[in-house]
Amino acid sequence: MPDGRTLEVKVWRGRESGRFQAFTVPRRASQTVLDVVSWIQRHLDTTLSYRFACRVGMCGSCAMTVNGKPRWTCRTHVDKVAEGDTLTVAPLANLPVVKDLATDMAPFFDKWAKAQGRFVPEDDRPREFHIVPPETSERRAVDAGIECIGCGVCYAACDIVRWNRDYLGPAALNRAWTLVNDVRDAGNPTRLAAVAGDAGCHACHSQENCREHCPKQINATASIAGLKRAAAIAALKGQL
Amino acid sequence: MIAAAHRTHRGYAAFVIHRLSGVGLAAFLPLHFLALGTALNGEAALDDFLRWTAHPLLKAAETALVVLLTAHLTGGLRLLALELLGWRDWQKTAVAMSGGVSLAAGLMFLLNLGVP
Amino acid sequence: MSVRSETRLWLAQRASAAVLALCVIVHLATMVYAVRGGLSAAEILSRTRGSSAWLAFYLLFVAAVVIHAPIGLRAVLREMTTWRGRSLDFAVVLFGILLAALGLRAALAVFA
Repeated sequence: MPDGRTLEVKVWRGRESGRFQAFTVPRRASQTVLDVVSWIQRHLDTTLSYRFACRVGMCGSCAMTVNGKPRWTCRTHVDKVAEGDTLTVAPLANLPVVKDLATDMAPFFDKWAKAQGRFVPEDDRPREFHIVPPETSERRAVDAGIECIGCGVCYAACDIVRWNRDYLGPAALNRAWTLVNDVRDAGNPTRLAAVAGDAGCHACHSQENCREHCPKQINATASIAGLKRAAAIAALKGQL
Repeated sequence: MIAAAHRTHRGYAAFVIHRLSGVGLAAFLPLHFLALGTALNGEAALDDFLRWTAHPLLKAAETALVVLLTAHLTGGLRLLALELLGWRDWQKTAVAMSGGVSLAAGLMFLLNLGVP
Repeated sequence: MSVRSETRLWLAQRASAAVLALCVIVHLATMVYAVRGGLSAAEILSRTRGSSAWLAFYLLFVAAVVIHAPIGLRAVLREMTTWRGRSLDFAVVLFGILLAALGLRAALAVFA
């Protein structure tokens, strides 16, 4: 039930160039930012474009910039982030804007592919199954990073992505790290060559914006540090 | 830029300090080498230079340089640990620790200046 | 630059950082000790001139800086400006040569 209070919401309209449009929205208990955006689109301006799907914090589709920080709007309570009675909602940073709050995720996933973020099977069927005990360091490294759903929050938070157009980004590199540690995968050292260098793991300066903002608490900084170690060893061995 | 709000955590502060101190040191080093090189012209030349640096403003700059150097060192040690040792929970406090050590070093330098 | 070279740059940066960590600690401790009671040229030079051990130490220090500083500056310039490519690499190498020349001169001036 609306409790009589209102929220002043500034919402980005347009593409890379555009403007913030102000709306007044009734405030409710336990309201999320996604609730607010949906209310605006349904009651005030049906031309507002935005994305969401599950609305329960599982799919990552609703990621936007809320008061300067990239977040999942369905999991962001207005009470926690509103500055007094104001809120600013913008599309995720570091990505082309399709319209209003919807971004083009293609560059994000293109870089995922560039980082060889996919499993590479062995040429031949192995004679025995790979046994992967959960306590091994490789399996633990995979476990730490495997839950990524590709929402783009870390990519939007990363300063290196902002400064270096070619930088693969924390999510792509994190996924590569989980594959480097997958004992069944046959993609190395080619994958290490794909993720090393000025556009890869070596461009990371460990600001940890990614770790700080990841809604799944994945530590991409640590994964990227792992890639640095693996790349260094491969370089010393002459494999790179 | 609307992006400014998400950079208020320790990791980012560590990065900024490390980068600024590095650039500052890189700018300072050629001057430092030049100053020391004046010893080639004999003691008198070096003495002249040392007298010039006795000015309190320059003493303050020297102290700042000690802090910059220690900050860059401790920040760098944090990075080496992070990159080579893998993740540990205490690494978050490493940022605070390096800040503390830097200030301590600067203070030691400053205090030593006045001891006869 | 190839990925292999960029990885080698990272290795050189971290290796020189480790050397510098030791050198800087020694240098800072020495400076804090030396600065007690003020210093004159005679005082400093009487302790340092002719010391081959200290000369070797500071030559190592200079060498590590010559590797470490240009690589660091390269990263900063690549990220904070639009400067990239061979010309940037060339420029930071020149800076390294400048540091090497001035550093060698300084080390010889004080310790030789």
